[in-house]
Amino acid sequence: MTCKTDSSSCGSGGSCGCRSGSEAAAHDPVDAGRRWFMKAAAAFSTTVLGPGVTLLAFAESDAAHAKPADQPVSSKQRWGLLIDAGKCQDGCTACVTACSTENGWKTTGHPETDPQWIRKLTVTSPQDGSSFSMPMLCQHCAEPPCVDVCPTGASFKRADGIVLVDRHICIGCRYCMMACPYKARSFIHEPLEDQKPYAPRGKGCVESCTMCVHRVDAGGIPACVEACAKTGNAAMIFGDLNDKNSEIAKRVATYRTTRVRADLGTEPGVYYQNI
Amino acid sequence: MWMKGSWPRLVVALALIASVMAGTLAAPALAGPPTPAKGQGDKCVAPTDWMRRNHMKGLMHHRQRTVHEGIRTPQFDLNRCIDCHQVKGDDGKPVTVSDSRHFCRTCHDYAAVKLDCFECHASRPGETTTTGGLEGSPHGAPGAGDVASLNRYLEGAGR
Repeated sequence: MTCKTDSSSCGSGGSCGCRSGSEAAAHDPVDAGRRWFMKAAAAFSTTVLGPGVTLLAFAESDAAHAKPADQPVSSKQRWGLLIDAGKCQDGCTACVTACSTENGWKTTGHPETDPQWIRKLTVTSPQDGSSFSMPMLCQHCAEPPCVDVCPTGASFKRADGIVLVDRHICIGCRYCMMACPYKARSFIHEPLEDQKPYAPRGKGCVESCTMCVHRVDAGGIPACVEACAKTGNAAMIFGDLNDKNSEIAKRVATYRTTRVRADLGTEPGVYYQNI
Repeated sequence: MWMKGSWPRLVVALALIASVMAGTLAAPALAGPPTPAKGQGDKCVAPTDWMRRNHMKGLMHHRQRTVHEGIRTPQFDLNRCIDCHQVKGDDGKPVTVSDSRHFCRTCHDYAAVKLDCFECHASRPGETTTTGGLEGSPHGAPGAGDVASLNRYLEGAGR
């Protein structure tokens, strides 16, 4: 498998966080039949559930049990994403744009140092030329390598599974960037101004997708998921993986899903379908 | 006789010296305490005297709870300080920390204490947020008017 990035936020082909292991299996001839079945099953469920609007309603009902503002987050929740590459349209970058708008990041003009909160990848099989499109972002691992290597404790996992950087104590050593198998972290090299009030970010710190933690804490859903639903593709679902009745947990239990580089044992909170 | 005639001159000379000295003492750097812009509400989230001495502790305490535990109570939310104490510039928009009239800078410049919050945090209010996380009045927070309970809050659970 080879991969390239659609958006301008990823520079070289090698820095897109794509590996040949698990994706290669998706294009084996043996797997083709199962894949067709999965696509048919997904289409069926979409018919039953209705279009993106209904899906968004599900996502919101998942988050409706938002905690009171003065209570700490709890490990009862495990926030996750389910991304259906079968519905992710080639060339659509609605999720990337929404993330950039929400969190106030933009290209630096130097692709090598661009923020990597989220980027679109096109994964192509060199054998048969078939390809699919998918967003790549922080996988919010249950066993995050970035947290293991952080010398100051700035890289941490919240009780509800969201992996963050505490920029107050980040010293900018970038070990986490090297440790992350998904290349989901980036470093801010230049001074910034006019940041978004709810997404503080500045020179000298590492950053990555926060799963829109400010929205989630207020009972909302990440900006990328919202934007994807608005396009009608509805390829992304956000919800509580621990809640057996949530749409995301039901889908993960029902359909065959893939976690990127599952062989590493990082236990990502981001699941993919049809990759 | 000579002494009598020189009195007015002496007075003028003394007055001159006094005014020069006063002028030196009244140099801008030694002007009286700064008068930072008042907030827009009736009262601050804690008594003013307490805030003067402890606002940094409140912010530090809150940041730990917010970033690591997701606690987003309004009382010591930096964004709320920025919203309430915004100073309008010549263009009618709130000034950033690069302007010496900025609420935080007024005192920090005077006390020569470096401000680094705004290397990452926004120093002026943003557009309306989409988060819906701004409900609740900071003035209704527990201990908003009670210094003892504010101090207990800072010491609370070692956080």
